[in-house]
Amino acid sequence: METLTAWLYLAPNLAGFLVFTAGPVLAVFAMAGFAGDFVSRFEWVGLANFAELAGDRRFLRSLWNTLVLMSAIPVGMALSLALALLLHQKVRGRVVLRTIFFLPSITSGIALFLLWRWIYNPEFGLVNEALRALGVEGPNWLRDAFWAKPALMFMGLWMGIGGHNMVLYLAGLQHIDPTLYQAAELDGAGPWARFRHVTWPSLSTTTFFIFTTNVIGGFQVFDQAYVMTRGGPDGATTTVLYYIFELLYVDQRVGYAAAVSVALFALVLAVTLANWRLGRSGGAR
Amino acid sequence: MRRLLVYLPLGAFAATMLIPFVWTVATSLKPQEAVFSHPPRLVARRTSHTVVVEGRPLRVRPLDRDGAARTVRVKVLGSGPAARRVLTVPADDLRERSEPVLRLENYPEAWRAYPFVSFWRAYANSLAVAALVTLGQVVTSSLAAYAFARLRFPGRDLLFLGYLGTMMIPGAVTLIPTFILLKNLPGVLDALGGGGWFSRGFVLGGGVVGLDSYFALIVPRVFSAYGTFMLRQFFLSIPRELEDAARMDGCGSLGILLRVILPLSRPALATLSIFTFLWAWGDFMWPLLVTHSHEIYTLPLLLSSYQGQYGTHWPYLMAASVTALAPLVAIFVLGQRYFIEGIQLGAVKG
Repeated sequence: METLTAWLYLAPNLAGFLVFTAGPVLAVFAMAGFAGDFVSRFEWVGLANFAELAGDRRFLRSLWNTLVLMSAIPVGMALSLALALLLHQKVRGRVVLRTIFFLPSITSGIALFLLWRWIYNPEFGLVNEALRALGVEGPNWLRDAFWAKPALMFMGLWMGIGGHNMVLYLAGLQHIDPTLYQAAELDGAGPWARFRHVTWPSLSTTTFFIFTTNVIGGFQVFDQAYVMTRGGPDGATTTVLYYIFELLYVDQRVGYAAAVSVALFALVLAVTLANWRLGRSGGAR
Repeated sequence: MRRLLVYLPLGAFAATMLIPFVWTVATSLKPQEAVFSHPPRLVARRTSHTVVVEGRPLRVRPLDRDGAARTVRVKVLGSGPAARRVLTVPADDLRERSEPVLRLENYPEAWRAYPFVSFWRAYANSLAVAALVTLGQVVTSSLAAYAFARLRFPGRDLLFLGYLGTMMIPGAVTLIPTFILLKNLPGVLDALGGGGWFSRGFVLGGGVVGLDSYFALIVPRVFSAYGTFMLRQFFLSIPRELEDAARMDGCGSLGILLRVILPLSRPALATLSIFTFLWAWGDFMWPLLVTHSHEIYTLPLLLSSYQGQYGTHWPYLMAASVTALAPLVAIFVLGQRYFIEGIQLGAVKG
């Protein structure tokens, strides 16, 4: 009886879960073995998609672009931690400051990306106007093959540092046992030594969690590349997910796009596992 | 000194976070030509001219002005009795004043500027889609979480492990199969006896079940392993003794869920709702993939389509962005507590 009731409660969620999550996860592996658009035609090609992938310059370039964009993750984490440490001092107006810091990440989305296109406008944008005031003529940020990536990274930092990561670090700081600091002080530890030997190790679980979720998110960057640069200029901001989008919509190569998704999946899994093992040996649970 | 070392960087960060928002609002209120002024100004200014005729100030536009002449010809502006007349007045009587311009009309004009579908239709679409996704997630996740937290059945832990496992899978992985499923769904349903309704029917400007339908925007996003996981964790923390009283009163499991568990879980339900709503509201790639009829466009799609059309009319674009951002800021300021708690709750899974 209880079993029947349980399955009744589970049924709506489970049905949707099977059709839209579990099913697709299994299907994507099968689809990666086919070529075609999956509407008018598809044919079994075995591992040919993966063989092609290994030598696909567009794919490798998109992977490189994604990794370069992800290199901002540690910088962002350091800044989030710095903000959290500053807020953790007994500052006045803490709630107001936290709200301000959180604002960019809560509003992040297409509207903010449009805003940043305006900020990066070469002639009238905020960034170049500020640089001009310093006597420097800034580049056309989003249309410059070199500067497009740093521009997206800087925007990402602006959006992210006061968001989830900072809140998690703040929570982590609140959970550190104050007697640890007292003991360190008795041993004559200065501020840096206290940070190095008490704060940083105590936050290792938080750091591990933030890094893992940020990396998973970092592999899936799409919106800003679409709205701000359309993957350009000249493919400089074509991320892996943007490449998948192109394969689906422009090239209509659905099977091959599925193979790219599988590769993405494998990469995320590998990084997560590596991170987990490192975290364990480093003391994080 | 030490305080300065804390407040100075905090202030600098706060300014960095706020300046782009201030700049956006400022741009949204400028006349188009003022956007291109050098040096840039936060608030556009315009020069206005008035002359005093018979004790009444009149707004005028100078027509010609000879440096040597003592008089100047002006055209009267506005809608008074003298409007559009050309007067010749002593040059000394002409007053010149610089005044700030806040062009509020940019907002209604920006909302009307979308050529394919009205701004408010897209707004309503976003609202409806996000609300239904949230409602669906809260209802189905609560039911499933209750089964996982309180009921005993064979295979429970294994199934829960399966749910947990999929939480690690990037959403991008399920994108393609779901897309193809939706693409083929109307044809399959018709072949099973739908009689063509599924492929040719229309619901509120979109298709019935396949791509380019409200179904595609809502249904695939309703079922969440994360919501189930989060609520299960919360339900587990509720003491079982609280349910015993209800059980004595003859409540069945549904009664316990509705009368005991859910009322006690308000914070968790609020957190899940806010996060789901914001995620569904801001989601871009999925709606971009599955829609092409303008009638079912969500707000992010509309905003991104606008930039191609009127990419250079920055005040309109910024006015539209501000309109889209305003409810998010309001939700955040009102529900901030749930955010902060929700984020910390989420970290438990790491």
